[in-house]
Amino acid sequence: MYRYALSRLVSLGLSLIVASVVVFAAIEIVPGDPATYMLGLNATPEALEALRRDLGLDAGPIDRYAAWVTGMLRGDFGVSYTYRTPVADMIADRMWISLPLALYALSLSILIAFPAGVIAASRRGSGVDAGLMGATQLGVAVPNFWFAMLLVLVFAVNLRWFSAGGFPGWDEGLFAGLKALTLPAIALALPQASILARVLRSALLDTLNEDFIRTARAKGLTRGQTLRRHALRNALIPVLTIIGLQFSFLLAGAIIIENVFFLPGLGRLVFQAIAARDLIVVESVVMLLVVAVILVTFAVDLAYAAVDPRLRRRA
Amino acid sequence: MKHFLIALLLALPAAPTLAARSDVIVGMQLEPPILDPTAGAAAAIDEVVYANVFEGLTRIGSDGAVVSGLAASWEVAPDGLSWVFRLREGVTFHDGLPFSAEDVVFSFDRAMADDSLNAQKALFDGINEVTAIDDLTVEIGLDAPNGSLLFDLAWGDAVIVSPATADTNATRPVGTGPFQFSEWVQGDRVELVRNLAYWGTPARLDTATFKFIADPTAAFAAMMAGDIDAFPNFPAPENLAQFKADPRFQVLIGSTEGETILAINNARPPFDDIRVRRALALAVDRQAVIDGAMFGYGTPIGSHFAPHNPAYVDLTGQIPFDPAAAAALLADAGYPDGFETTLALPPPSYARRGGEIIASQLRAIGIEARIVNVEWAQWLEQVFGSKDFDLTVISHTEPMDIGIYARDDYYFGHHDPVLQALLTGLNTITDEDDRIAVLRAAQKQVADEVVNVFLFQLAKTGVADARLEGLWLNSPTQATDLTAVSWSE
Amino acid sequence: MRSLWIGMALAGVFGLGALVSFVWTPFDTAALDIAARLQAPNAAHWFGTDHFGRDVFSMILQGARVSLAVALLAVGIGMGLGVPLGLMAAAASGSLLDEVVMRANDLVFAFPALLIAILITASFGPSASNAIIAIGIFNVPVFARLTRGAALSLWRRDFILAARVAGKSRIRISVEHILPNLGNLLIVQGTIQFSLGILAEAALSYVGLGAQPPTPSWGRMLSESQTMIAFAPWLALFPGFAILLSVLGLNLLGDGLRDLLDPRLRRARQ
Repeated sequence: MYRYALSRLVSLGLSLIVASVVVFAAIEIVPGDPATYMLGLNATPEALEALRRDLGLDAGPIDRYAAWVTGMLRGDFGVSYTYRTPVADMIADRMWISLPLALYALSLSILIAFPAGVIAASRRGSGVDAGLMGATQLGVAVPNFWFAMLLVLVFAVNLRWFSAGGFPGWDEGLFAGLKALTLPAIALALPQASILARVLRSALLDTLNEDFIRTARAKGLTRGQTLRRHALRNALIPVLTIIGLQFSFLLAGAIIIENVFFLPGLGRLVFQAIAARDLIVVESVVMLLVVAVILVTFAVDLAYAAVDPRLRRRA
Repeated sequence: MKHFLIALLLALPAAPTLAARSDVIVGMQLEPPILDPTAGAAAAIDEVVYANVFEGLTRIGSDGAVVSGLAASWEVAPDGLSWVFRLREGVTFHDGLPFSAEDVVFSFDRAMADDSLNAQKALFDGINEVTAIDDLTVEIGLDAPNGSLLFDLAWGDAVIVSPATADTNATRPVGTGPFQFSEWVQGDRVELVRNLAYWGTPARLDTATFKFIADPTAAFAAMMAGDIDAFPNFPAPENLAQFKADPRFQVLIGSTEGETILAINNARPPFDDIRVRRALALAVDRQAVIDGAMFGYGTPIGSHFAPHNPAYVDLTGQIPFDPAAAAALLADAGYPDGFETTLALPPPSYARRGGEIIASQLRAIGIEARIVNVEWAQWLEQVFGSKDFDLTVISHTEPMDIGIYARDDYYFGHHDPVLQALLTGLNTITDEDDRIAVLRAAQKQVADEVVNVFLFQLAKTGVADARLEGLWLNSPTQATDLTAVSWSE
Repeated sequence: MRSLWIGMALAGVFGLGALVSFVWTPFDTAALDIAARLQAPNAAHWFGTDHFGRDVFSMILQGARVSLAVALLAVGIGMGLGVPLGLMAAAASGSLLDEVVMRANDLVFAFPALLIAILITASFGPSASNAIIAIGIFNVPVFARLTRGAALSLWRRDFILAARVAGKSRIRISVEHILPNLGNLLIVQGTIQFSLGILAEAALSYVGLGAQPPTPSWGRMLSESQTMIAFAPWLALFPGFAILLSVLGLNLLGDGLRDLLDPRLRRARQ
């Protein structure tokens, strides 16, 4: 186990280094100069030069890479080219929206998917099953930005139950904050809930075929009782894996939804930073997201290996 | 279900209160990257802080006229080389420090310095020296007479800043204006509060919030849902009819300084041939572009000049829409079968939509213009900077900028000695009639050379709550002056 | 079997529409007619006209072409690179090569896909081919992982052992014996990635990064019509349903194919 963990740790370190080089290189080749973007059409060459010096853009790429990586290791992500504020602060600010939004969407997704999956599995082959699975097929196929547009049209513009977007800030109260995140969370949750319901249903059906379930049935438990007492617990492993994946997807993947609802989240920060050539922000956020996923994967791998010794041989 | 009920209850419109509101939420498409107008070019900076937070010696009023700002009065020496400004008394910066002549000297020296980050440094080119004569008197010495000095000093890039806060204005702007900065939630909004110690007529609002909504659909939804009180430059002209039909809103259609053109790279064949440029102009149906891209909002132009300017001369008839003549001229120039070219389009909808219409119109005479959508950063670098383009659609929003056609290094790639001769010395002309005559001749010259295809003057399309008063109708400069804004009942 | 037929019918309709649009559309979508703009669906324009007076039905047909082509080619990239990588990793199971391929896979998975697609287009300009590359890159690890997993279990099978005893090289065995046995699996996964590719293309062109005008694309039709949804809802509804139904069709087709080709795989899919 220790050897396995050690070898995974080495490859984790290598992955992080490769990722940082890839991120930095990808962003180096983006054409467009932040200084020109800031100073516009009538800027004099001297003013551009002065700004580039101010931003530290006059150094060579290797120096800038080194500065960026060593800075990040100390927790210093640099200063935004356009906003002139520390990138770490900006990321922290945006996290207060992206993180709750991802959690909200995930909770909704679980709230919808669990009953749907359990009911469909316990009434396998029935009209209810067919109806639920048909609905999840639709849920998987709907483009979420289109769904978001329709939500805005119905609930914000016509019914005016919710505002069309924006975020009042958490100091306006928990309820106001959650209310502002409700439509975006629904738009994000629908496809995720559909996927999750399908996974849960097939995982339940798989475990229902196993011996211990047959034993439980033989002891006289009803199908529904067996499902709840025994099958659900065993079906949780694949479901938790999917939930983990969905969370990291929701954190980074909400860009378009954040745009539709003009939420100042992490995704929109990067989107705007790319347009403004605020490359240091782009680098840091992308790197942060990559690191988060790599660490989660690492933890999951270790946990699995601890549970199932057969997996250790894979590496 | 319970949750929805609660949401429904809370969302019910509150009973109308009798007291007039004292706050306003203004929508803007782009967020300013920084809030210091002397260190960045983005129009969004001025749209938040100009005349609200920062003031210059002079300022531009809602009608476009230059009026006095922090300078109460001024005199110019007979030789035109020395201007003496008398400053207002009792002015303080928002941090409480008094405003004096030293601040003016500091601000201009900073803008003119070698390491200046000023985006319009050329405004200060003719200034030789700025000296404080006493606490409330400043003298500006010029290298040559400059008839537009007062106008130049009214730019957002020439506002007066305090030495104590100059370095932090980017994120915490401190000026002398009727509003002072309160909070900036990046990515979302900037909040201003009334400056209780303002030297002039105080603002009527207690607080003003600028909210940034990039997406036109979101902007529409936010207005409709009542999240926002006014959107001075509403980005989607197609929605204006809906606002007009709704008694809750007023639609404000005014003029801007934006000449929207199909810019041509004159240095690159085949566009170095005036016949080809004329053929392009003949092939483009301006009205179709205005209708299709702007839903009818916009005034056709025939040269690079704003129709609301007194010196304007209507040249739209000079090159009428005539595809047959265009095709004939193209054949005459040696391209009977047309040619292939590219059309770079920056993000605004006038460019993206207008460009698509123009490409289709050019295709009708055999010119295959491949559309290349670019972001602003790329447009600035490739089109404007490296002049690496064939055609592009762009709105030149700087006021009175016909002088760019006299610049050999400009991205149009056009060299026009006649125009250069015409415009040199324009600034030294003091007689208004003479000035107008020169400007008219310049418009004619630019139109005759068909440097670009002149499309239309961008309209200012504002939407606001019907009860909101005092918003600017026109946009003589990039600003959202909230000084006079208030709520009726 | 029902899902196979429904899926085949839906996917077939879009495939046929895309093919037909090469030779015929009711109207020319390159010619703009501002005077005829924003017409509600009627006898001449079945799906109405857009803000430039173009026929929406014709644009949906041509849009199908872009969506299907981008998604299909992206699957091609994913298979073309992913399958050989997976075969190699499985053939050299436990070696450094295997480790590198698998870790590289994890790495690609770790990158936020849409952000990377946006970066790619920021660097190389928006176009259909860059959309294909951006979507294709993220298909590679999917196929590599799938191929490796399935190939590993095949390597333990008797007929492979027989081939090894016969002295065939690992490469030859991979190509001659392993690959043919992966066909069904790859077809099923390919269908799924195909439908995901359509969604991804729609998202990319919705943010302006897909096929460029005047080529119609569903995602861009949605983003262009967004502001008009309140007074011209057909502009947003038809492209939205086109995406929904084509993705749905391919998903059902994938389900049906899986049941048909490999009953053991039934229910295993997410």
